[in-house]
Amino acid sequence: MTTTPDTIEQLTHQEYRYGFVTDIDADTAPRGLNEDIVRLISGKKHEPAFMLEWRLKAFRHWDMLAKSEAEPKWANVHYPPIDYQDMSYYSAPKPKKQLGSLNEVDPELRVMFDKLGISLREQERLSGVAVDAVVDSVSVATTFKVKLAELGIIFCAFSEAVREHPDLVRRYLGSVVPYTDNFFAALNAAVFSDGSFCYIPKGVRCPMELSTYFRINAAETGQFERTLIIAEEGSYVSYLEGCTAPIRDQNQLHAAVVELIALDNAEIKYSTVQNWYPGDKEGRGGIYNFVTKRGACRGVNSKISWTQVETGSAITWKYPSCILQGDNSVGKFYSVALTNNYQQADTGTKMIHIGKNTKSTIISKGISAGHGQNTYRGLVKVMKSATGARNYSQCDSLLLGDQCGAHTFPYLEVRNALAQVEHEASISKIGEDQLFYCQQRGLAAEDAVSMIVNGFCKDVFRELPMEFAVEAQKLLSVSLEGAIG
Amino acid sequence: MLQINNLHVSIDKKEILQGLNLTVHAGEVHAVMGPNGSGKSTLANVLAGRSAYEVMQGEVLFEGRDLLSMPPELRAREGIFLAFQYPVEIPGVSNSYFLKAAVNAIRTHRGLEELDAMDFLALIKEKGNLLDMDQALLNRSVNEGFSGGEKKRNEILQMAMLEPKLAILDETDSGLDIDAMQIVAKGVNALRRKDRAMIVITHYQRLLHFVVPDHVHVLSEGRIVKSGDRELALELEAKGYGWIEQEVAGTPQPPLAATLQ
Repeated sequence: MTTTPDTIEQLTHQEYRYGFVTDIDADTAPRGLNEDIVRLISGKKHEPAFMLEWRLKAFRHWDMLAKSEAEPKWANVHYPPIDYQDMSYYSAPKPKKQLGSLNEVDPELRVMFDKLGISLREQERLSGVAVDAVVDSVSVATTFKVKLAELGIIFCAFSEAVREHPDLVRRYLGSVVPYTDNFFAALNAAVFSDGSFCYIPKGVRCPMELSTYFRINAAETGQFERTLIIAEEGSYVSYLEGCTAPIRDQNQLHAAVVELIALDNAEIKYSTVQNWYPGDKEGRGGIYNFVTKRGACRGVNSKISWTQVETGSAITWKYPSCILQGDNSVGKFYSVALTNNYQQADTGTKMIHIGKNTKSTIISKGISAGHGQNTYRGLVKVMKSATGARNYSQCDSLLLGDQCGAHTFPYLEVRNALAQVEHEASISKIGEDQLFYCQQRGLAAEDAVSMIVNGFCKDVFRELPMEFAVEAQKLLSVSLEGAIG
Repeated sequence: MLQINNLHVSIDKKEILQGLNLTVHAGEVHAVMGPNGSGKSTLANVLAGRSAYEVMQGEVLFEGRDLLSMPPELRAREGIFLAFQYPVEIPGVSNSYFLKAAVNAIRTHRGLEELDAMDFLALIKEKGNLLDMDQALLNRSVNEGFSGGEKKRNEILQMAMLEPKLAILDETDSGLDIDAMQIVAKGVNALRRKDRAMIVITHYQRLLHFVVPDHVHVLSEGRIVKSGDRELALELEAKGYGWIEQEVAGTPQPPLAATLQ
C-alpha cells in the first residue's frame, strides 16, 4: 500500500542551506592555548590592562580545571575528548584598513551576508532591525549605530565597548557569569575575541530589535564570543541572535557566554534561532555548542525572558537561566529544541528565586527524530528569602520515529514553604494516526508533519518576534530529516 | 463510482477481509452493518489508504481507476472522504487553519483557485450553521478538548467543506446521544446529492432511522453475506446478527432475540 515513511524521509532530507565557505583572507593564531595566546588575543584587540588581567586569571583557572579534568561530564551527551591544544583560538577576517563605513566591508563578506539573507543596510532598515555581525571571532559591522546613539543606546562590538566604554564593561563583565562559573565559561573568558555589547539607558525603550548574527567561517578554529546586555532602570530591549556555520567534517567548538542585567523595572527579551551546522546524516562533523547564558533580574519588577529555537549543532549544552533577585521580578524560558540524525541536545534552564514574589515560567518543547537524543534539564530553586515565589514548568517531548530519545531531568529545590511550584511533563509520538488524518484531508505527508510539529511548538513561537517566528517555522520544517517509524 | 472486487486484506498477518465485493453508484447511500470484528472499520480504512493494512488480493476501482495504488492524500483529493470513528487531536493547530489547508489542497488538485481568508470564512460560516457548530470551535486546536459530539460534528463539517464524491462514515453514530445524532444526520442528509455516494458504516440500525439508506449490507467474517434494502436493517434491529451468521453457516435455527444491546 502506501509508503508514507519513505515519502517523509525523501522530502525532509534537505541539505543544510548555510554550508558554504567564504574565501576571506584571515588572520589566524597558531594552534594551542597558553598564556601567550591569551596575551596575543588581548594585544590584537588593543585592550586595556584590566582586560588582560581578567583574561589571564580566567586562563589560569581554566588551566587548573583542565589539568584536574574538570570538564563537565554530567550532561546526557557523548563525544570523544576534545583536544584543546589542537585548535586555534583566534581567527579574524583580515581587515584592509580601519572601516569607515559599511561600504568598506570586504566584498566577499558582503556576498556571504547576502547568502545568509542579511543585508547589512537596506533590508535591515526596512525591517527595522539593527544588526551586529560577528564572523569567526570578530565583529565586522554594526548597523544603525548612529540612530541608536541619539537615544543614548550603545550597541557595538564587544571589543569596541572594551575600548570606548571600559567603565561599563569593567563594572558588569563577569558579574552574572564569573570566569569561575564553569569550565567553558572560564575558557571563554580567557580567549573570547568579540561579541556584542548593548547598553540601554534609564527609561529608554529601544525602538527596534537589536540583532547579532554569528558566523563561523574558518576551519579548525573555535568561536568564543561574549555578549553583555545591560538594561538600566525602566528600560526595554528585545534582542535577537542567529547563528550559522559551513559544512565541515571535523567538529568545531563554540563556547559563548551571554550575560544579561536588568535593573529596576527593566525588561530584556532575548531570542535565539540557533542553526549551527548539525553534522551530516551519519553524525560526522558539526558544531559543539557549549554555551553559558544567564540573566540577572537585579532590580524590582524586572523581567528577563529567553526564547530559543535550537535546530543546529552536533551537540548542544546550554541552560539560559535567570537569577530572580529583585522583588517581583519575572523570569521566562521558552524553548524548542530539535535533534535529528545523530544530534544531541542537553538543554534547559535554571530559575533561581531570591526576591519576594518572584515568578518564573518554563515552557520546553523537545523534538527528536532520526537517532537524535534530546534532554531537558532544568532547575527551579526557591531560596528561603523568596516568600510568595511561583514557578510553572511544562516540558513536552515529541518523538518522530523509534530510534530517537527524549529525556527529562527536572530538579526542584524549594526552601520556602510559601512558594508554589508546578511541573507538568508529557511525551508523545507523532502518530501514524495524526499523519493519516491529515493525509485523508488531502494534505501531503511533509506538510502534515510540518503542521503537526509547528502546532506542537506554538506556545514558544508565539513568543518570538514576527520575522523570527516565520524563520523558525521554516527552519523546523527543513531540519526534520529522518523517517517516521 | 466504486467497485470492490474480491478484496482480501490483512493486518498483522491476520486476514480481516476475505473476498469482499461491493458496487456503489453515484447518488446512492449504502449502509454496511455487522457485528464487532466483522471488518467494517477495516473496509473504511483500506478505502482511505491507511498504511497498516495489507491488501493480499483483489482490486478497488474508483471511477474506473485503481484506487489502491494511490497514496492517501491523492485519494482524498480525488474525492474520497472518511469521517473517522475516532477523530484525531492535533494540538496547537487551529481547526480553521487545518480546514483551510485541506480545502485548498483539494481545490488546487481540482484546478480551482485557492480560497482566500474572506471566502473561506464565509464558506465555513455557511456550512457551520448547517451543523449548529459553535464558531468558537473553529479557533480551537483540531479536536483537542472537543466532546464526543463536537468531534463528530466537526467531521461532518469537514465533509461539507471538502465536498467529496464518495463519503465513508465510520461509525459516526457511536457515542452520540439522540440529539447529537439528529444534528449529524441532518448534516449528512443535506449533503446527499445525485453525484455523491455515501457508505455509512454502523453497528446499530438507529442512525438509519435518520439517514435512510438505499442499500443495506451485512458484513460477517470479512465478506458481505447478505444485501437488501432498508427492511434488512429493521430486521437486524429486531433479530440481531446471530441468525444471519447461522443462515450463512447453513445450520438453520430459530432466530435469536436481539443481542445487540
